[in-house]
Amino acid sequence: MDRLIYTAMTGAKQVMEQQATVSHNMANAATTGFRAQLDSFRAVPVEGKGLPTRTQVVDETSGANYTQGAIAQTGRPLDMAVDGNGWIAVQGKDGKEAYTRNGSLKINQNGLLQTQAGDMVLSANGPISIPYNTSLMIGKDGTISQETPGVIPVTMEVVAQIKLVNPPADSINRGDDGLFRSKDGSPSPADPTVSTLGGALENSNVNVVEAMVKMIGLGRQFEMNMSLLKNVESNATKASQIMNIN
Amino acid sequence: MMRSLLIAKTGLEAMQTQLDVITNNLANVNTNGFKRSRAVFEDLLYQNIRQPGGQSSQSTQLPSGLQLGTGVKAVAAERLFLQGNLQQTGNDKDVAIQGNGLFQVLMPDGNTAYTRDGEFQVDSQGYLVTSSGYQLQPAMTIPATAQSLTIGKDGTVSYTEPAAGGAAPTTVAGIIELASFINTAGLEAKGENLFVETSASGAPIISQPTTNGLGSLNQHYVESSNVSVVEELTNMIQAQRSYEINSKAVSTSDQMLQTLSQL
Repeated sequence: MDRLIYTAMTGAKQVMEQQATVSHNMANAATTGFRAQLDSFRAVPVEGKGLPTRTQVVDETSGANYTQGAIAQTGRPLDMAVDGNGWIAVQGKDGKEAYTRNGSLKINQNGLLQTQAGDMVLSANGPISIPYNTSLMIGKDGTISQETPGVIPVTMEVVAQIKLVNPPADSINRGDDGLFRSKDGSPSPADPTVSTLGGALENSNVNVVEAMVKMIGLGRQFEMNMSLLKNVESNATKASQIMNIN
Repeated sequence: MMRSLLIAKTGLEAMQTQLDVITNNLANVNTNGFKRSRAVFEDLLYQNIRQPGGQSSQSTQLPSGLQLGTGVKAVAAERLFLQGNLQQTGNDKDVAIQGNGLFQVLMPDGNTAYTRDGEFQVDSQGYLVTSSGYQLQPAMTIPATAQSLTIGKDGTVSYTEPAAGGAAPTTVAGIIELASFINTAGLEAKGENLFVETSASGAPIISQPTTNGLGSLNQHYVESSNVSVVEELTNMIQAQRSYEINSKAVSTSDQMLQTLSQL
């Protein structure tokens, strides 16, 4: 059989994989703090004793898009958005420090600050405990302050400061749970230059136009591979007709 | 069969949930004491098809792997206990809470439920009840002869009764106490503007209004729904477009499968 059929097949298969990523980005176009996943095709030349005619392709995740998503005001005191580069440090389900851009926070039944997924938000001293029944405010550097209850004139006191980090983009990657972690497993130091906005959330940074165009492009690329497969089939049919005695 | 088909399906489902939440909010735009919800989304698990750093040969490593996401899911319809607008009604049994706290009412099954809806009425026995007829806790009665009812900022309910000559004496019927929770968003909505305690909300902490960080009571006012129509409509447009885009992904995947099956 012509080797072309395998080249075309891998092409189609990898296009399908990348289509999955595009669909994933589109499905998360409304997920708070979501970072679009970037996939790219890489050429893998088949080298051997024959002529180096074939180059197959693999789809691979080259990372995530770290550009800023649109910031939407919500007015909820426990919402925060990271403005510019930086991450909110949380404790992942594995107990290790992980990073997220999703600043939709809540307080659990024990008064601890968590993300909506139930991961503890960290300060420099570990999980943050929020006193109940207070008006909270999240400041520009992640400082949570509360109105001191029962004190006139109204004074604000600091509860804790959320740990904000800004590791280099190539030193972190996405884990299976969608949280980002440092590649070497060691926690990043807090960065005082990261700024946050209280009462706001950051939307997903998926560019819908880009994703849509990519999806159409991949659809056509898939069709092209399919027509290559058809060509291979007709070539093979012709070849076997030559061999026919009649 | 094809990942993108299933992933786009999760996107469609999530947007459907988003729309359900939005329409429920919009339907309750005139419900007193209603607290709007917000659908919260999260990306689903990622599959590592090829691990980055894997050995491509004995001496070389793959520079990056292949990680495929599997879509989105709605994790919560989180209730936002933000203050609604106070609307003056002039009715002396209307009370609005400004600040934290919820009224306690006694359910027919003996449990306590909590509400922000302070449109109270008097039942045949003189008890202050909600519009569904559930008693406000601690229970207090207003006699039929009561002339003017006053509910103070700190929850004191008092009334005057006509007296034969001289000043009308003032009687204190009781004190309205409010409940608060460590995690108010963890309360479970039961309909009829009522919430009940769950393990996520924590136990109620009961105190008098204006103490311990609780809000104050405002007689002659009701707290209107905290739904913002503009915000809901904007979210609805976003949800609808997002739904369209995901359905486009379904049809593209379908076309790809069609070309495949026509080989």
